[in-house]
Amino acid sequence: MNLQHTKSISPAGLVGGKKSRAWPIILEIGGILLFLLFMIPFLMVLLNSAKTAKEIIFDPIALPQNWAQIFQNIKLIFENPTTDYIGAFFDSLIITVLSLAVISIFSAMCAWALVRNKKKWSTVIFMVFVAAMVIPFQVVMFPLVRWFKIVGDFLRIPLLGSYQGIVFAYLGFGCSMSIFILHGFIKNVPLELEEAATIDGCSQARTFFSVVLPLLQPAFITVLILNGIWIWNDFLLPLLVLGSNGRVQTIPLAVTSFAGSYLKQWDLILTSTLLAMLPIIVLFIFAQRYIIKGMVEGSIK
Amino acid sequence: MRRRGWIDALFIFPCALAFVMVIIVPFFIGIYYSMTDWNGVNPVISWVGFINFQGMFSQPQFIYSFLITLMYTAINIVFVNLVGFLLSLLATSKVRLRNLYRAGFFVPNLIGGIVLGYIWQFLFNNVIYTLGSNLGIGFLSSSLISKPATVIWAMSFVNTWQYAGYIMMIYVAAIQSISESIMEAASVDGANYFTRIRKILMPMMANAFTITIFLTLTTSFKQFDLNFSLTNGGPALRFMGKAIRSSQLLAMDIYSTANGLNRMAEAQAKAVVFFIILVVFSLIQVYINKRREVEA
Repeated sequence: MNLQHTKSISPAGLVGGKKSRAWPIILEIGGILLFLLFMIPFLMVLLNSAKTAKEIIFDPIALPQNWAQIFQNIKLIFENPTTDYIGAFFDSLIITVLSLAVISIFSAMCAWALVRNKKKWSTVIFMVFVAAMVIPFQVVMFPLVRWFKIVGDFLRIPLLGSYQGIVFAYLGFGCSMSIFILHGFIKNVPLELEEAATIDGCSQARTFFSVVLPLLQPAFITVLILNGIWIWNDFLLPLLVLGSNGRVQTIPLAVTSFAGSYLKQWDLILTSTLLAMLPIIVLFIFAQRYIIKGMVEGSIK
Repeated sequence: MRRRGWIDALFIFPCALAFVMVIIVPFFIGIYYSMTDWNGVNPVISWVGFINFQGMFSQPQFIYSFLITLMYTAINIVFVNLVGFLLSLLATSKVRLRNLYRAGFFVPNLIGGIVLGYIWQFLFNNVIYTLGSNLGIGFLSSSLISKPATVIWAMSFVNTWQYAGYIMMIYVAAIQSISESIMEAASVDGANYFTRIRKILMPMMANAFTITIFLTLTTSFKQFDLNFSLTNGGPALRFMGKAIRSSQLLAMDIYSTANGLNRMAEAQAKAVVFFIILVVFSLIQVYINKRREVEA
């Protein structure tokens, strides 16, 4: 699949034949208008994040009187007693990074073992992983909470309201698709490489970690992006596993609790959504190609 | 190379453990609970058979949720794919800023439904409303998410805005894989723009259409986050003689049956029905893909 941005695609003058001159101009104008239309919601968030509540009620479309108000609003959010926004940001970061680390390493190990092991049971296990992708979160979510409580009490390791619990849950929910993507990729890794490593005296485990793992980089990008965007934005699983006002919070939970406790105070709610969007948009600006490629490839497989 | 089975088993173990603990065990517990009187409070849970399943189909809220979820899904399939397709034509044309457009159309997709829902709640209730009354546009002068007749359309609108850029990228990938010489040949043979799209581009993108239609189908059917933050199920409506919530899609109905009403077993039964419908969708998709492979 070719998603290079610089390449001028247009399958042979798909748009704008030789005959008509008007087409290109209409397209240019239409393109700009459409782009602006798509961006208006973000613009509105930015504009109104720099207003006081009164200004917003008075006119939500006008430009803000004083742009510095945006810092005032951010300060109000950071110092807010009910929601620890900065804490939620770091919790989101910790949960996302840890989950991505365990998902990618364990899924790669699992996928490799499933590809290279030719026994029947490994095929069956792979089929179960793939088939389980049909199971919607809604059908497991309530039993999961109860089950986590039972297991946590039994092992004396709290699974609800803790980092380890939610990361473990993300490993369980994220591994099926990751194994599927990595499985497809590893099938095309030449076996000769691994055989050569074995002849050179590598153990089976070492062959994986020093020969196979470095080759998986392109597939890892897809796995990291797909899981990363999902985990960062996820709402229902943190709500159920962490609770809406537990010790550990995530950004979507913080935004929700904010919107719930400051009903219709749009200056604060919009600023909180602005802060929630900012990290993703910054990341997207720097890693646009990888993000688009990862998300599109993930869908097609 | 001699392969040791126990090392393979060790490599599989971490994922298998998490998978079994998080999905498989809760899944079977869930199916069992759907046939009990589980309410989340009483520790004694007893078997009641299929009562929970029979009950839901006479509940006005569930019937309404079911119907509007189908409607919402159908609207989304049409609009998301149509807009996504048009955007992909723009993004693969010779337009100057096409890379910027592509990025811009794609961005909403990266932001979570919860955050977007609050933003659009503001846009519908304040910005569009103000715009509507300033310009004297009648149907905008009350918020579109405050009326049962328009709320589903408003949600679909937001979903289209959010999702079309993603679908666009899948189409862009498909368009780029079509060789330029085919389009050139058609152009030389006198096929105009629309003929080229209809007779060459679209048939060659058939695979991409199958993917995107099922993607929009399942994501719309499972919609929760946006529903939760944009409308939270409201506004209220009378249906079959009962007050119900007019924008409560199925996923949210499952959630609020358990959360607001503490009817856990009933919510679980609804979730099982929800699961079965999704399995049917996937089987249809697998069947279509298989048939296409045979034809190809």
